[in-house]
Amino acid sequence: MDPAYSVILFTSSSGAGYGLMIWLAIARLTGAWELSPLTAFIACLVALALITTGLLSSTFHLGHPERAWRAMSQWRTSWLSREGVFAILAYPAALVFTAGWIWNVIPANVMQAAAAATAVLALITVISTGMIYASLTTIPRWHNHWVVPVYVALALASGGLLFTLALGFSGAASQQTLIMMLGVLLVSWMIKWSYWRFIDRQETESTTGTATGLGHLGKVSQLEAPHTSENYLLKEMGFAIARKHAGRLRRMALNLGLLLPGILLILAGVSGGMAQLALLTIALVLGLAGIVVERWLFFAEARHAVTLFYGRSL
Amino acid sequence: MTSLPKTTQKKLGLVTDLDICVGCHACAVSCKEWNASGHSAPLTDTDAYGKDPSGVWFNRVHVYETDDGANTRTVNFPRSCLHCEQPACVTVCPTGASYKREEDGIVLVDAEKCIGCKLCSWACPYGAREFDEDDGVMKKCTLCIDRIYNENLEESERQPACVIACPARARHFGDLGDPESDISQLVERRGGYALMPESGYQPVNRYLPPRPRKELAGDTGAGDHLEAAENTTSGNAFFDWLDKALSR
Repeated sequence: MDPAYSVILFTSSSGAGYGLMIWLAIARLTGAWELSPLTAFIACLVALALITTGLLSSTFHLGHPERAWRAMSQWRTSWLSREGVFAILAYPAALVFTAGWIWNVIPANVMQAAAAATAVLALITVISTGMIYASLTTIPRWHNHWVVPVYVALALASGGLLFTLALGFSGAASQQTLIMMLGVLLVSWMIKWSYWRFIDRQETESTTGTATGLGHLGKVSQLEAPHTSENYLLKEMGFAIARKHAGRLRRMALNLGLLLPGILLILAGVSGGMAQLALLTIALVLGLAGIVVERWLFFAEARHAVTLFYGRSL
Repeated sequence: MTSLPKTTQKKLGLVTDLDICVGCHACAVSCKEWNASGHSAPLTDTDAYGKDPSGVWFNRVHVYETDDGANTRTVNFPRSCLHCEQPACVTVCPTGASYKREEDGIVLVDAEKCIGCKLCSWACPYGAREFDEDDGVMKKCTLCIDRIYNENLEESERQPACVIACPARARHFGDLGDPESDISQLVERRGGYALMPESGYQPVNRYLPPRPRKELAGDTGAGDHLEAAENTTSGNAFFDWLDKALSR
């Protein structure tokens, strides 16, 4: 599948934003961290900016962005529509939750309710994003049980790195917290690792022979393509990355997303002040870069059933 | 509305005979010609006379080779929308632009509602939908909805352009939901099949498989094998001498 930059930017940016919102809501509901209200407020604004950037970016690849509002209407059948509906529903809750950190007019119980609603709606929105891909039976590497957990886990991982930096600014990035975040990163990328293992071992019986129904005549191969240059189908669905490049990029994603931020979190645990903030900032930047590489691969490694008609394999 | 109708009154569709399709692309060209000014017009081309021509087509003719060695055969294979009974291209549509008609089962796109998100094309395993970069909306086979009900045309012309154009009569149009219709009978007789039934989309269109090949002389009705011509004497002395002289 063609790795369109607008969709890569959308899913990684809004994923990080929703992940951060979820962590901030957990912080508010549990009171487990000494987060200064002003830092929390700014962190909420950052989350809103990431979510909004992502949503706007997702409209860039539309043929008619001005009609994007229509996408809310078919929530009965379409996961894309559901994603839009939940994303819009999350806004009022998230705005109240954001304002509540510094605006005392909002009563504590309303703030608690807004925090809970924000966390739940953010989570459902990320799940809906994953389901858009997981529901497509035409793409075996997406149509499996690993895709939604990967989307949720990596949203929490990238949001977690943002949250840790916010804690650093509040002077609340304790060693325990950093160890916990290390665990979150590790588990998230283990889920991604499991996805890669799964798609590597995935077997499909679909071939050009089964697609055309001509398999009973022997091995079917394409003798002549229907057109002399690439058409929309091949540009959009025919993008394929070589296996050896994919392997290299997987290692790059793991190094950027897990290994380096992991080391930096450990170093942050034994340092303090400005040094800690610098380490956490670098961890965040690298972690986000790792997810962008992962997201690019998610598209580049996916193969579409229509390519069988062009003599390719899934 | 992207919810599907529970049943459709008719199941209009196409049947393509892979045994006699000659791969001339007349169906694809005729389709392009009609639809370039039809329901989903225009079917935009980009760089049409340049080095990298690209454009929207509703019909693409592949050519496949099956098996290798002595049993190789070439099969021409036109590919277009199958007007599925359970089309995921419709249900994934977030705007309601894609829909399946209750009256005849035709799957269409409302170009006024389409936002061009392309998700429907991702959901289709048959490659039936092509995005029009210029119009910013998705386009697909309309089963020539503007021909088949068009009372300004002679009744004999109220068929999809691809069916009328086919010089080999390899394409047929009709109601595949009616078991008594000519087209259903044809499918029954020839063992017509649906593409990728495992998709669960339940295509309406059918393909008629290439007929079994006649591999032995006996399959054509001739004798199983021909006696070798051993006695070559003709009775004419001159020719016998010539034969001997040339055979030496």
